[in-house]
Amino acid sequence: MTPGRAAGLALVVLLAAGPVIPLGGMREYVLHVMVQIFVWSFIGGAWALMGRFRLVSLGHGAFLGLGAYTATLLWNHYGLTPWLGGVAAVALTAAVAVIVAYPCSRLQVVGHYFALVTLAVGEVVRLLIIAERNWTGGSLGISLRPAGRDSLLAVQFADKRVFYYAGLVLWLLGLWVWLRVDRSMARSAMEAIGEDETAAASVGIHVTRFKIWITVLSASLTAVGGVAYAQYISYVNPDTLAGIGVSLRIVFAVVLGGMYSLLGPTVGTALTIALAEYLRVVFGLKFIGMAETIYGLLLILSIIFLPSGIYGSLRDLAARLWGAPARAEA
Amino acid sequence: MSLLELGNVTAGYGQFTALWDVTLRVDAGEAVAVVGPNGSGKTTLLRVISGLIAPRAGQLVFDGAALAGKPAHEIVAHGIAHVPEGRRIFPVLTVADNLKMGAFLPAARHRFAESLARVFALFPVLAERQKQRAGSLSGGEQQMLAIGRALMSRPKLILLDEPSMGLAPVLVLRLFDLIHRVREEGYTILVVEQNVRQVLKLVDRAYLLEVGRIKMEGRAAELSEQDFVRKAYVGL
Amino acid sequence: MIDPIFLAEAAINGIMLGGILALLALGLNLIFGVIDIVWIAYVDLVMVCMYALYFFVQVYGWPFWLGALGAVAVGAALGVGVHLLIISPILASPPVNQLLATGGLLFFLQSFATFLWTTDHKSVRFSLPSWELGGIFFPATRLIPFALSIVALVGLYVFLTRTYMGTAIRAVSQDREAMALMGASPRRIYLVTSAVGGLMAGLAGALLTFQYSVHPFFGNQFGPLTFMICVLGGLGNMVGAFVASFIMSEIISVAGVVWSTEMGYVIAFVVFIVMMFIRPGGILARRG
Repeated sequence: MTPGRAAGLALVVLLAAGPVIPLGGMREYVLHVMVQIFVWSFIGGAWALMGRFRLVSLGHGAFLGLGAYTATLLWNHYGLTPWLGGVAAVALTAAVAVIVAYPCSRLQVVGHYFALVTLAVGEVVRLLIIAERNWTGGSLGISLRPAGRDSLLAVQFADKRVFYYAGLVLWLLGLWVWLRVDRSMARSAMEAIGEDETAAASVGIHVTRFKIWITVLSASLTAVGGVAYAQYISYVNPDTLAGIGVSLRIVFAVVLGGMYSLLGPTVGTALTIALAEYLRVVFGLKFIGMAETIYGLLLILSIIFLPSGIYGSLRDLAARLWGAPARAEA
Repeated sequence: MSLLELGNVTAGYGQFTALWDVTLRVDAGEAVAVVGPNGSGKTTLLRVISGLIAPRAGQLVFDGAALAGKPAHEIVAHGIAHVPEGRRIFPVLTVADNLKMGAFLPAARHRFAESLARVFALFPVLAERQKQRAGSLSGGEQQMLAIGRALMSRPKLILLDEPSMGLAPVLVLRLFDLIHRVREEGYTILVVEQNVRQVLKLVDRAYLLEVGRIKMEGRAAELSEQDFVRKAYVGL
Repeated sequence: MIDPIFLAEAAINGIMLGGILALLALGLNLIFGVIDIVWIAYVDLVMVCMYALYFFVQVYGWPFWLGALGAVAVGAALGVGVHLLIISPILASPPVNQLLATGGLLFFLQSFATFLWTTDHKSVRFSLPSWELGGIFFPATRLIPFALSIVALVGLYVFLTRTYMGTAIRAVSQDREAMALMGASPRRIYLVTSAVGGLMAGLAGALLTFQYSVHPFFGNQFGPLTFMICVLGGLGNMVGAFVASFIMSEIISVAGVVWSTEMGYVIAFVVFIVMMFIRPGGILARRG
């Protein structure tokens, strides 16, 4: 077993034991934050599947919102268990992803252009939710209809620890998917496409199909994340789940942590959530808006001064500190 | 003292080095050619002189001023005009606007009317097509526009990058004729060309650039007779 | 059935709204065409200028025209500031970083405005007449901004086609390197472009205060719409953006009367997505 694998296993064991570690009164809060980190890291990883291949989406809020609202509305209005609701959510989201990805990839919509198109899609979903306020609750959002008791069918539990373990599993699932994509042929193909589409097409790599495939995968996983989040928080709202704000936050977390590595999205998400929580605690209700202001400022500064994200910068630093002597020896 | 002096210039792109230890000079009033096969670094050479690329080593002295590493817009202000490979005229702007852009520098703008008259005298077809979109001109006309645009900045030295590229032989003859007339007006010219035979008739001296190094130098008259010509045609 | 008078009124309102949207779309397009970066926070700059106008006119009691000039000046200053502090350092960064930088600016501006001025809507009080013609009302609060926006658009056109700097800006958007060879410092051109873009944001803000109140999240109302217009018209294409502005404003205005305001926006956006299928390069041809 390599040192990396051992460390990874140790981490998973530690996380699994998490809820058992005595934390006193803080436990509920820590569990809450950890669930958030698990779910948002999962979502960030889903975004990174596209982002690492130069498909920068600023509209993942669309998939998040579609996923969360589909499952929630099906449960609230029709009593459909979120397990099936989730499947419906993924199907719907995947369909939307294909509709968006197909023309974009066939007709070479890339870069800033692609980002703006996805931004539009995010906004359409948000506005649609608000416009259809009769059954979606509009901008006030809606709460998940309580099942009244702990229920696996309804995926509602009073004990946060259940959600903690579910979140852990989800997060590990996301990592597994990332590794599978990373190792498959698809990955080299997508990278070739990222570098030079024309060249890739000329050696027979079916550019359109790959772009659509990775977009559908990313969107579907994001939808799953949306369903999970909705089940945990028990409340959905178009501004927290769709629209430009949440889309930007996802992207920021991933870029900060490192778009090209397995744990990059997790590191970035953990940091941004920790930062947001810290700012919220420090400023609380005293100076409304100041926490977000500093968040925005730090975002700008980190993009300017840490362009390869924290992971990338640490790696460069490590290379400089430890790489040099090794070369001298050789 | 020469108008332009390059001393031991090394330059390239990223990891790749295109020019090694290049030394050459152009005296005021001269016409000098740099010939060589494809990929020998001729275009890179001109881009270093006009400042689009900064040299990794060596000196670049123009009219007494050390210019290595200065940005392009500053170097141009010293009196160098670069007619790039492929002409690079502004396709959506009119012919007149393209020429206006050539005279962007304050000193040039001052004498805009005078320069414009000169350019129209040299290239009457540009006067005819003043209001036309530059992108709709023929290849030969675009080349004339590119040269005319360079003249608008009232330069001391004109760099021409493969002016005959993409033109039919008949047009090439006409073009070199026009370049000769520009030269007669007193401009100093450094031209990079693949069409060795034609360009040697036009210039005083020539350099042979091969794989980034100066392999030969001499007076155009002498060089026509040598293996040099065959060497340049065939390449490595 | 909807009264045809309402439809006609909506159609006319659409045209008048289109004028202001065109200012926004062209300002954003100008910057993108030259510098190759989309300012995600562009309409939030408009929001700041609207607050500026509010303070100048409603709080300090300046006459409107002076306040408007002030807002325009604030806009130009913001444009230059954003370019120097945020854009300049990341000119060579990958697109995702560039988008995040201006995205971060969006967060910053919206929250800072919340912190400074709370989420209360603030509006400038106007007492202006309204004219009636054939059953349709033409309030001065719509006519004046429309007229001024057209004047500004004409001014922009003249600037871009008749002045040296304007032509240079158009040239840079076609070939940056070639323009450097003409002796034009790219940095200077970028600064002028950013100033002009900011100026247009300031003017749009001043004109928007006639009809809209300002609050920190105003950018979310018009931002995505502006982006859609730019892409619909072809990113970087000035004429396309102009046409697309009116198309979108018509759809929003008329659909807003037939169904609801939000549905109007939804339909406009769906039209946009459908257009992306048919002509992803924008309704008109390439950039230029």
